[in-house]
Amino acid sequence: MEDMIFYDRLQFAFTITFHYIFPQLTMGLSLIIVYFKWKFLKTNIEKYNNAAKFFMKIFAINFTMGVITGIPMEFQFGTNWAKFSELTGGIIGQTLAMEGLFSFFLESSFLALFIFGEKLMGQKLHLLTGFLVFLGSWASGYLILATNSWMQYPVGYEILENGKFVLKNFSALFSNPWLLPAFLHNQVASVVTSSFVVASIGAFYILRNKNLEYGKLFLKTGVIFGLVSSLLIAFPTGDLNAKNVAKYQPAAFAAMEGIFETEDAGAEIVLIGQPDMVQKKLDNKIAVPNILSFLTYQEWDKQIAGMDQFKKEELPSNIPALYYSYHIMVGLGTIFIAIMALAVFLLWKRKLYSFKPLLWSILFLVPFPYIANITGWYTAELGRQPYLVYGLLKTSEGISPNVSSGNTLFTLLGFVALYMLLGLLFLILVGKTIYQGPTHQKH
Amino acid sequence: MELFWYLIIALVLAIFFILDGYNFGTGIIHLFLAKTEKDKEVIAKSAGLFWDFNEVWLVAGGGLLFMAFPTFYASIFSGFYLPLIIVLWLIIFRALGLELRSQFNNQMWKDIWDTSFGVSSLLLALFFGVALGNVVRGVNLGGIENGVSVYEGHYFFLPLWNSSFSPLSETPGVIDWFSIIIGVIAVVTLAIHGANWIILKTNSSINKKLKNVIYRLNILLLVLTIISLLVWQIVNPNSLDNFINKPFLILFPLIYFSGLIGLFFIKKIKKDLYGFMMSTLLILGGITSSLASLFPVILPSTNEINESLTIYNTATTEYGLSIGLGWGIFGIILVIFYVIIQKKFLGGKIDEMDYGH
Repeated sequence: MEDMIFYDRLQFAFTITFHYIFPQLTMGLSLIIVYFKWKFLKTNIEKYNNAAKFFMKIFAINFTMGVITGIPMEFQFGTNWAKFSELTGGIIGQTLAMEGLFSFFLESSFLALFIFGEKLMGQKLHLLTGFLVFLGSWASGYLILATNSWMQYPVGYEILENGKFVLKNFSALFSNPWLLPAFLHNQVASVVTSSFVVASIGAFYILRNKNLEYGKLFLKTGVIFGLVSSLLIAFPTGDLNAKNVAKYQPAAFAAMEGIFETEDAGAEIVLIGQPDMVQKKLDNKIAVPNILSFLTYQEWDKQIAGMDQFKKEELPSNIPALYYSYHIMVGLGTIFIAIMALAVFLLWKRKLYSFKPLLWSILFLVPFPYIANITGWYTAELGRQPYLVYGLLKTSEGISPNVSSGNTLFTLLGFVALYMLLGLLFLILVGKTIYQGPTHQKH
Repeated sequence: MELFWYLIIALVLAIFFILDGYNFGTGIIHLFLAKTEKDKEVIAKSAGLFWDFNEVWLVAGGGLLFMAFPTFYASIFSGFYLPLIIVLWLIIFRALGLELRSQFNNQMWKDIWDTSFGVSSLLLALFFGVALGNVVRGVNLGGIENGVSVYEGHYFFLPLWNSSFSPLSETPGVIDWFSIIIGVIAVVTLAIHGANWIILKTNSSINKKLKNVIYRLNILLLVLTIISLLVWQIVNPNSLDNFINKPFLILFPLIYFSGLIGLFFIKKIKKDLYGFMMSTLLILGGITSSLASLFPVILPSTNEINESLTIYNTATTEYGLSIGLGWGIFGIILVIFYVIIQKKFLGGKIDEMDYGH
């Protein structure tokens, strides 16, 4: 039984982590593509249109990867989490089915038109199709977050005698207080990733002294989008999310912040330290007193419940992993703001394009927004453990009762191998597209 | 309300098999009959432009099934664990084949991804047929061993095969001689459908030859259909009851047979759309007839202890179903609207289009 839960969780974690590499770029990048296309219509400068078409190629590769790694996610609800699906399908089935109907049809219909239809449709319609692809991808994000928000903070449900969760109030799924901050935080985070990708391709061209006109355009666009989104990720969206966790999942809040003991005179904010779960303390701790109380409640001496206030079974099951996920996300977010602020400052001083150390930094920072996005999701998911539906349905109660651990390990190993191949192909294709540059014409 | 959702989901899945079905068929024809690079490219493109849109019908059908009949969704997805993961692999390799072939202008690269597209399409057609065979035959619900349920009555777990390969054994596997026959029928049907799509959508040099191929495959299909009707009675003896009690259901087999007969005239009729319409009737009639013969059962139980899964004992509550109806109808109207727009811009023969590359 323990094995079954472990492999089911590991398979889901692995496949969703790999999957989420792709949608986070497509969601943010579609916004930047629409911006380039709109700029072209406004100025009629060909450079912007080429930029839009160039990023469309990268978008298309990501989109394909997102689709083919996304279908296993839908399948796994049934294959590995059958009991969860059976018990909650009447609720989360609503939002997931809506994603298929309202988002995937929209995206897939208009993506083909956006890629192939520029000449057939004319420029204005082409912009419109781009916008519809953007709309579809963000609708997908919204409906996934609506699903996840219900699992984090269940609303609008009723539990029947046979243990099934059924829908009582449909609109409650969308007025869930968890949803809006989580959605905005997630979407802005996807813009951070995309900004870094756009800026780093720009930096690459400038450092290579090739495609300079585009290098400058990409870098400039990337850092401006990057600064705005990096700021929004912290405030107000990150702030609102943290307050939600403090309010609705106080045990998870204590664990992710690393507060072992409740301090009566206000909680400190931990910057660095390693949780020691035996001694119940942080090693090598660096912390600033009272800041956490202020950030959470705008009162310096407000008491925040530490982990000592909760029973063991109320606390998240893997506290160190939760703590690290959260701190990695926050730490990286802070670095992004600093880097992007410096870049925009240098842009304003007209020194950005020649300041090589920063160009190299932006180039090599490209994996980190991905890591921040994924650790952000880990924070949400590990914080919810040991529950699937917070406070109501344990993770161990959600797995398929009929699928043995041997079968799951077999398919997990298969996914690892297959996804290594997919990752390799993805890098080859994106690398080729970037290397060829925006002005490359297909034979 | 259960009936309404049952019909909607059946329709969505039938559309999936009609649309993605031509992609699978295109892959099969591509694998065996496309010889010149020009044909290979245009045939792959006639599938490649549309595969992700077509696949959304499967994703949407799955999502709607999850919403309306969660117990059924949970039961079949976990019960058919390995075959479904195999289908996932095939879906991935089919997509890779289509998306990657034109990324590098290198023969070896193209050959690898052409094969990936063709073989995955062939096996997908086979597996979807096998899946239908399993639903008709039924499964050991509750995993009965020595008269006792191992799981709750609506769960089961099927191995890929058991050593007898017999659908009549107490614990049949996914693959047995009956499900393989249905699988082969699916391959032949979709190969015909794919060939019709190529004729409709391209000016490839093999179009003429394809009409002959369709004609011959259709003879094979007729033979297989007769065989399957005979063994169907052995595997599922109640399968004619519904048609006797509700004679209007005979409409569905009639759709199938009108497609089958219609295809024999493929060489005489010049219009490209004709063949495609006929193979569409074939798929539509085949799926609806199978479902109608089972109704209201959606997964028969092969034992006496646990009752079959029906649309009534697996559905969610009335409130959930009727809420879904509101956005469901709105969503479907939007999808029809997208299809019309797509048709307007991406209709016509692939090789005559100007994409502006």
